Amino acid sequence: MNKVLIVDDDPSILMSIEFLVKKAGHQAFIARSGEEALVIYERESPRVVLLDIMMPGMDGYDVCERIRAFDRTPRPYIVFLSAKNRELDIKKGFTVGGDLYVTKPFSTRQLVDTINKAIQQP
Amino acid sequence: MNTALVIGASFGYLALLFGIAWWAERRGQNKRSLVANPWTYALSLAVYCTAWTYYGSVGRAAVSGIEFAAIYIGPTLLAPLWYIVLRKLIRISKMQRISSIADLVSARYGRSSWLGALVTVFCIVGIIPYISIQLKAVGTSFDLITAGPLAMQATPLLTDTTFYLTLGLAAFIILFGTRTLDATERHEGLVTAIAFESVVKLVAFLAVGLFVTYGLFNGFGDLFGRAAEVPELEQLFTLSDEGGPVSWSALILLSMMAFLLLPRQFQVAVVENLNERHTQKAMWIFPLYLLLINLFVLPIAFAGKLLLDGSVDADTYVLSLPLANGANGLALFTYLGGFSAATGMIIVATIALSTMLSNNLLMPMLLSLPAYKERGVQPKGGLLLAVRRAGIVLILLLAYIYFRTVSSSAPLVSVGLVSFAAVAQFAPAVFGGIYWKRANRQGAVIGIVLGFVVWTYTLVVPGLIRSGALSPELAEYGLFGIEALKPQLLFGDLGLDPLTHSVFWSLLLNGAGFVLGSLSFVQSSKERNQAEVFVDVFKYAKAYESSIVWKGTAQTSELRRLLANFVEPARADRALQQFAKRNNIDLASESADPRLVTYVERVLSGIIGAASARIMVSNVVKEEEIQLEEVFDILRGSQQLMALNKELRRKSEELDALTQELRRVNQDLLKSDELKDEFLYTVTHELRTPLTSIRALSEILHDTPDIDEGQRQQFLATMVRETERLTRLIEQVLDLEKLESGKQKLNEGSVLLPALIDEAVDSVGQLLRDKGISIQVDAQRNMRPILGDADRIEQVLINLLSNAVKFCPEQGGHITVSCYYVDNEVKVHVTDNGPGVEPASRKLIFDKFFQARQHHQRRNTSGSGLGLAICRNIVVLHGGRIWVESNTDQGARFSFTLPAISPTDNTSNA
Repeated sequence: MNKVLIVDDDPSILMSIEFLVKKAGHQAFIARSGEEALVIYERESPRVVLLDIMMPGMDGYDVCERIRAFDRTPRPYIVFLSAKNRELDIKKGFTVGGDLYVTKPFSTRQLVDTINKAIQQP
Repeated sequence: MNTALVIGASFGYLALLFGIAWWAERRGQNKRSLVANPWTYALSLAVYCTAWTYYGSVGRAAVSGIEFAAIYIGPTLLAPLWYIVLRKLIRISKMQRISSIADLVSARYGRSSWLGALVTVFCIVGIIPYISIQLKAVGTSFDLITAGPLAMQATPLLTDTTFYLTLGLAAFIILFGTRTLDATERHEGLVTAIAFESVVKLVAFLAVGLFVTYGLFNGFGDLFGRAAEVPELEQLFTLSDEGGPVSWSALILLSMMAFLLLPRQFQVAVVENLNERHTQKAMWIFPLYLLLINLFVLPIAFAGKLLLDGSVDADTYVLSLPLANGANGLALFTYLGGFSAATGMIIVATIALSTMLSNNLLMPMLLSLPAYKERGVQPKGGLLLAVRRAGIVLILLLAYIYFRTVSSSAPLVSVGLVSFAAVAQFAPAVFGGIYWKRANRQGAVIGIVLGFVVWTYTLVVPGLIRSGALSPELAEYGLFGIEALKPQLLFGDLGLDPLTHSVFWSLLLNGAGFVLGSLSFVQSSKERNQAEVFVDVFKYAKAYESSIVWKGTAQTSELRRLLANFVEPARADRALQQFAKRNNIDLASESADPRLVTYVERVLSGIIGAASARIMVSNVVKEEEIQLEEVFDILRGSQQLMALNKELRRKSEELDALTQELRRVNQDLLKSDELKDEFLYTVTHELRTPLTSIRALSEILHDTPDIDEGQRQQFLATMVRETERLTRLIEQVLDLEKLESGKQKLNEGSVLLPALIDEAVDSVGQLLRDKGISIQVDAQRNMRPILGDADRIEQVLINLLSNAVKFCPEQGGHITVSCYYVDNEVKVHVTDNGPGVEPASRKLIFDKFFQARQHHQRRNTSGSGLGLAICRNIVVLHGGRIWVESNTDQGARFSFTLPAISPTDNTSNA
């Protein structure tokens, strides 16, 4: 089973994504903050990370950079999931090492597709 | 008293003066000038009070009672006029770089060199005796305090302390009075020292006065009472009958003129003046000084008469009284006070006279020598300095010789008054010159010469007869045996005292000569120009520099060379360049701009005097006569130009201000645009979060028909909650927008805060119960209602309460609400026992979306981040304040105030 880490500080959003990931047949891990995300990442080395940006404490960009710094193989697929939709925010997401940037609110089907494709990548 | 002690004190005091002057010069160089204030200026004017005031007033009071006061009443009466007369003299002198009274007269009457010389000679003749009586005062007081021989004449020169004192003063004056060539430059050190001396003599005199009045007698009442019992003293209380009021008026008039015309007064009041506005403050400080220093004159005079032996000279009472009563320390201080009064006068008078001597007598003479005139040799600055220093020594030596030979027998006051009468002879020429355009050189010369002839004949000749230098027959039978030419009763007996008699005739003839002479001769155009500028100085002061009141040809290089003779070449160049730049003059052009010629002449005037400067400049310039009409045109032209310039400058300044204002408004707009963008972005971001859950959950429910019931219920409940959150957010954004834009008006009415608090607590009752929070309300139940919007205030209370609930700990949460009157306000506190607010956030917490931007705090799903911003808006709309205090870990206390306006104050809304 493939591991997917979901990072968000909004409980409702966490709840819905967790449901989607499980329904797609993956193993879901939940983190409510950047710090928590790093702990889980280090322990589980998930294949895919769904990452919110605006969180109390460490923000999504920081988390992404740290994850990239672990430099694990296979390389994790990082998807930013954020309500920040300015070009500047999106660019920054790619700069810090994100693979994809999805703005909220998102289509659940597309998100599941994205996760599945990411897992199939070599 | 010990002679060595007194000598030591005298020279120690002189050394102190050196120190003060040196220190003041240093401060002046460091731009912390002591002279740049009206107090120093007013105190330096008090150089008017010489040893004559210090010792002589008492002497005169002992003989003629309150008559002594006349010469202080004169300047006091004149003080209100300073604003008109003195300010005009100052303005003229600054503009024309005038360095002395002789220079002023010379400059006014066409820069006539020999009129300047005439005034100089008369000044020296008139003032030398005056300086000598200062030396006499020092000598007498020295002998008195050391109990030395009173016959000073017997003292050999080399053992005479006064002689060494004279040399010491010469050194002081040379050191601090001739530091720069430019006589119009201010002598900061010197003026500070003079101001200091004024303080010393005043304090010393007051000390003696207090000692006599309260030490030897029991106050004024006792002293005057006892004096009144003695018939001889009683008459001193009133003016004597014989010509009393007339003499008095004459003295008052005389002292008014002397106050402005005495060379030393002109020096401190005009030449050393730093700022015209200082005269305004000095207008009351100086008369106050005069009042203080005269306060004890009569008491001391009476005390002297009552307590001292009849053989004691009344001029020495000031010193004799403390000495006779064994107050030796006070006596020494008194002696130093008199010493300072004398030295102050000597210093300033000598400076003024030596400047006149060099600039208005010796330099013009030197320049008209064939060597200079024909061979084109130009004297150097060093020569001028040497001449001026020699002048100082010469004047002091003359005064000393006069003191040793003549003045030792004359009383202090009479010599001083003779000097007053001498300088009064300049009054018609000076005051006429600055107020009457027709006044001319011929009139001035005739007036001054006539005045001095009469003065000499009526006041000097009798003295010479008394001392045996002239035959007493002259006094008895008159010149050539003509009765009407008796020196003391010239033109017949008018029943006046000799001084008044002399002043009357000398000023009458002087004035008449001046007016008739001016009316019967025609002014030269040069003179006419100066007359115009002097009389209308306030009109032309600004136009003057840029005006050409001169026509002719000169070479720039020659002017430069001329100036470099007296001014250090680098400085001369700099001055020329600055002037050229100010007035748009091309210095490279070989033929000099006329304005440059005028400027060079003016700079030179400050150094060598108006007349000498005229001579020197005319040597290098081929001058043409210029007509008065042209002068007018020029002056008027530059005035118009200046007005135009001023107008242009004002316009351009206005334009600048407008541009700045536009830029500022633009920036404000940009900023508010940015803020608005930022706000919109945050709002949409905040809206997206609940929308995300709602969309995701509804899609899940749609795509997952077989979802289990429990999950379905949970998802649906979440969707409802998120929808509510969305609605609340939208409402609050709109609410805030209304409040901030001012569209929302308060619906004001009578508000009973305790009742509102109860309602608010009820509204959050469920929240409180859910979290098990205890609440306590402290409010005065009988509180007066205030004016406000009840719904809005309740909104604030509910908001603060929900916040408090949110931050209360899960266990043992407690909230206190209190409400009370303080001064004119009602204060409400809502206190919780939650984690508190960090110091950095206490202000920001009331900003909209602060919560969203703040990453340290856990996002709270039920808050929009706008609640506190709305609260602040509501409170501010009411005219109150809102803030939070917090000790981290001990909870937070949110407070707000509302102005306690009674609802009945505003009946229209009640």
